[in-house]
This record gives sequence, structure tokens and C-alpha cells, in this order.
Amino acid sequence: MKTIKTLLSALLCTAPLWTRLAMAADAAMAPAAAAPQEPPINWPAIIMFIVFVAITLGITYWAAKRTKTATDFYAAGRGVTGLQNGLAIAGDYMSAASFLGIAALVYFNGFFGLIFSVGWLVGWPIILFLIAERLRNLGKFTYADVASFRLRQGPVRTMAAVGSLIVVIWYLIGQAVGAGQLLHTLVPQISYRQSIVIVGGLIIIYVTFGGMKATTWVQIIKAGLLLGGATLIALGVMAHEGFSFEKLFSDAVAAHPKHLEIMKSVVPIGSKSNPVESISLGLTLMFGTAGLPHILMRFFTVTDAKAARKSVLYGTCFIGYFYILTFIIGFGAIVLVANNPQYVVDVTKNVLNLKGGGSMPAVYLAHAIGGDMFLGFIAAVAFATILAVVSGLTLAGASALSHDIYANVIMKGKSTEAQEVWVSKLCVVGLGILAILLGIAFEKQNVAYIVALTFSIAACANFPILVLSVFWRGLTTRGAVLGGYTGIFGSIILLTIGPTVWTKVLGMGPAIFPYDFPTFIVLPAVLVVSYIASITDHSASAKQERAAFVAQKIRSETGLGAEAAASH
Amino acid sequence: MSSLMSSKIQNNPKYHQLVSQRDSLAWTLSAIVCAMYFGFVLMIAFAPEFLTQTIASDSVIPVGMLIGVGVIFTSCLLTGVYVVRANGTFDRLTHEIIEEASK
Repeated sequence: MKTIKTLLSALLCTAPLWTRLAMAADAAMAPAAAAPQEPPINWPAIIMFIVFVAITLGITYWAAKRTKTATDFYAAGRGVTGLQNGLAIAGDYMSAASFLGIAALVYFNGFFGLIFSVGWLVGWPIILFLIAERLRNLGKFTYADVASFRLRQGPVRTMAAVGSLIVVIWYLIGQAVGAGQLLHTLVPQISYRQSIVIVGGLIIIYVTFGGMKATTWVQIIKAGLLLGGATLIALGVMAHEGFSFEKLFSDAVAAHPKHLEIMKSVVPIGSKSNPVESISLGLTLMFGTAGLPHILMRFFTVTDAKAARKSVLYGTCFIGYFYILTFIIGFGAIVLVANNPQYVVDVTKNVLNLKGGGSMPAVYLAHAIGGDMFLGFIAAVAFATILAVVSGLTLAGASALSHDIYANVIMKGKSTEAQEVWVSKLCVVGLGILAILLGIAFEKQNVAYIVALTFSIAACANFPILVLSVFWRGLTTRGAVLGGYTGIFGSIILLTIGPTVWTKVLGMGPAIFPYDFPTFIVLPAVLVVSYIASITDHSASAKQERAAFVAQKIRSETGLGAEAAASH
Repeated sequence: MSSLMSSKIQNNPKYHQLVSQRDSLAWTLSAIVCAMYFGFVLMIAFAPEFLTQTIASDSVIPVGMLIGVGVIFTSCLLTGVYVVRANGTFDRLTHEIIEEASK
């Protein structure tokens, strides 16, 4: 309700402007006096926001009526098909940061943007080959179910939940700050804070009422909109360039102030090549993708292992296609947006520096191609993108709290399903409010380290412990817990004393640890710690845990005993 | 799952065939993806001049761009290869194993 009020009040505040705009349109003599500095209202964007919100709220209503059990709430009744889950995976993974961010990375640095895209894609085949179907066969609602399958529930789940929550909360901060800045830039009449409250309020409604069903459909619709919108922009660019990549790239080289450098940028333009950093970045992106809790959670929503596999194939193809589009969009923006006084702050000073900040190239490109209507459409797509990603994150965070910590650690499996879902909904509200507060608190902060932090923990704690518990008979509780915490705290400590946080955020001078991405040290350390702590564990429980591997293996390979799809 | 079923499955050679075939396919494909991607990353780190040379003397397109797009395409292709094998051979084997164990 609160959200709807905020949305309404935000709209009401802008109503006088609307009249003013209408008057300005038919009486060209008045506008200077009537609206001195006020930017015009982005009506196409607002209308499309409202249409999207109305549709998704309708879906939430539909989903709420069909969400009765815990399986419905966390896993959409396990009735999601391979294609649907593939789209939802794409919708969960393609954040506004990857749409606007990669296009912007290409716009400023050229070729370098592709290196990021490739890194963000190659985690997907690994998820398919090693994790997806085993996750579906062994788990119930969270990846901690799988990591703790034959290990001691309390310590392993706590570690896994801590890893999940740190990733989810920081990821949420990044999304909230991005949402506030983006919405405020696109519709200046809605303030940064109002934007975050709107996003936070909407996702609380989606997730508490509609659970995973609503989340899945929000993600599917968003994926369709984003893929469609990006395709149209890329087609517009290619049509402008006579469908010739050669012409697109030569025009971009001519338009960009760094000219041919944009085709040779293996590192960001202006920074020095650093082999260790490049390798560490590669490790982080690849294995981080395979350890994101909100992504792993999607595999519990499908009917069986076969659907889990298919969904990765579809998801990988959609995401790969999307990254190629963002690459075209970034180069298109160099040709059509840079040097254009309509979008650039001051063409005489810097032809790349855009009004509204560094994430705007894709948005302005949409305007250059399709005018105000298309800009509005793309703005609404970006908004939908944030909502879909934030919904998935919030549900993943809430399930770590309710299913892992509350139901299995505190209540030791003795709580009822209804109690667990109730706690989960409370956690959704709590996380939604936390995201709003942190988003507001971090408004002026430098949040550049968030990708490194979340992906590092996912790559160094969640991913290796998951793979070890599924594939290595020798892993014991002690190995999993010590290894997992090594990954979590190792990443946090090395990032804190690294260049981004120590030097740029905290202003403490030269960094103690000279690399931005610590994965190349932490990941091997996790494997070594887990290995040594496991093989030196001679306790009776360790023996049982190793013996239980055979039964776990049979279930993970054959799906015998796996959680069945709910029959509706 | 009963311990009887479990021991039946364990003694079924088809189960071991399934595990070894799937493991070898999964780890081989993972190794290919890692080799391909880290090959690209190592070139970025140690042989950037190879990646930045243009594909033709009158073109501005660098070799690295084709390799990068190639890595994306190959990743999609390899996920397809795995899915086809798994949905065919592996699912058939799994089905037989479960059927034989429930007799």
C-alpha cells in the first residue's frame, strides 16, 4: 500500500508540471518563464512503468492465490519448465548493471567491454556441467541444502547462509543505489529516495504475496522486454551502419576521442596492463557466477534434472546473445551519442561526458534511434530489470534466513512449514526495508567494489564448497566450515586492504594488498584449507559423513529420492 | 530410498557406467571451457599484441574481438552438446537403473 501511495504522490507532484508542459507545447512563447530549469516529464517512461507495474501486480495476485505450501513459496511448486526457467535465469542474471554498465564500458573503453561480457558468460557452462542437475536432485530450497546434505546441519548451514547473506545484501545495495540513480535520472521529478522506496515497496509486495511464482514471472517478462528492447536498439544501430560491422567499427574509431585505441584496449583505457589482475578477474567472474545464491535457487523451481539442464542451455544462449547486443549497443553509442550536443555536457571539452552520468549511453542511444517513445520504453525496461533482479535477491536472502537459519539451525527441523513460510515473509519485508535504508545510506558512497565483493565471496566460498561436497567423498563438516569461512573472510579482508576500498573508499593511502580481485589467492587457499581440515579429521562423525557419500552420490546421479514437483 | 534399492543400484554396472560417462563428459567439457577462457585471459595478460592485431590490413577489427565472440558462441554450443548427450544417453541409463532397482 505504502508503495502505491508513494507512487501516486510521486505522480501527483508531477501533475502541475504536466499541465505546464501541455501549455508550453501549444504556446511556445511562455516556456522560458514557466519552466526555467525544469526538465520535461518523461511521459512515455512513466506510462510504461505503470503498465509494467500493473501487469506484475496482477501476476502477483494470481500467484498469491496459488501459493500455499513452502514449495510453492520458495520453488514455485517445482512446476517451472526448462524454457520458462531459462528466461527467468536470464531475467535474474542480466542486471541493469550489465545492460547499461557493459554498454557504458564499451562506450568509454571499446573492446575491453567484451572481455567483461565473456567472463560473465563462461560461468554458465560450468554451472551446467558440474552443478545444475545435481543441485536439483539433492536440494530442496537453498544451495545450503546441498552443501550440508551429508554434513552437520548447524555449522554448515550457518556458514552457507552467512555467505549467501553477505552476497545478497551487498548485491542489493548495488541494485538499490543503481535503481535510485537511474530512475531519478530518467524521471527527474521522482527523487533518488522516492525511487528506492518505490522499488523496495514493489518487491516486498511481489515476494511476500507471490513468492517464487511471482518472482519467476516478473523475471520472465523482464527478460522478454530486455531482450526485445536491446534487439531493437542493436537493429537500429546496424540499420544506421548499413548492416556492416566493418562500417560500425570504423565509424566508432573515427568518432571516439581515443580513435584506434578503442580496438586495442585489453585493459581499461588509461590503466596499465596487469597479468595477475586479469587472471584473478577471470577467475572471479567465471566461478562467481556459479556461486550466486539467487541464481542457484532457480534450479529448485524446475520439474526435474532434465528441465534444469535445458534451462541452462536456454539461459546461456539468451545471455550470450544479450552480451553481443550490448557490445553492438556500446559501439553504436560511440557513433550516435558521443559528439552529439543533445546528450553531451559540453562537446567542446569532452565529447564522451554525458548529461546524467556514465550509465547513460544505452539510454541516449535509444533516444537517438527511436525518439522519446523509445527512450521511455527503454527506461521502463531498465526499471523492470532492477525489479526482477531485486526480487530474486530478496527471495534468496529470505530463504537463507528462514529455511537455513530459522528452520534448520535454530528450530533444528522441528518448525512447521507454515511457520517457516511466515518467517520467510517477515524476512522479505525486513530485507526490503534494509535495502531501502542501505540504498539511501549509500547514495553518495563509492560502490565500485560491490561487484568484486559479491563475486569474490561467491567464487571463493559458495562455489568451491558446493562442488567439493557434491564430488569429493572426503569432505567433512570441519573441512567445509573452515574452508567456507576462509573464502568469506579471506575475500573481505583482502578486498578491504586492496586498492578499491583501502585507497579509494577509505582514503588510507597506498593499498597493503595490491590487487582489486583477491580470488587468485583466496580460492586456492580455500581448497587447501578444506582438504587439510578434512583429511586430518578422524572423528566418528567425519567417518559417518564419508560413508554417507555413497547414498548422496546415488541420489545426485539418478535423482532417486529428489524432491518431486507439486501436483496442482 | 531403501538400503536394498541402494545396494541394487550400487551393484548395477549401468550405474557405474552412467557415473563414469557423465563425469568424464562433464569434466572434459569444463576443462575445454576453462582452457578456452583462460587461454583468452592469458593472451590478454601476456600476449596482448596478438589480440590487438587487425584481421585484415584494411580493417579496424582486432583478432581478439573475434576470439571473444567465438568464446561466447562456443560456450553456448558446448552447453548444447552436454544437454543433447544428457537428455539422450544419460536419461535412458538413469531410467533403466531405477527400473531395475525397483523390481
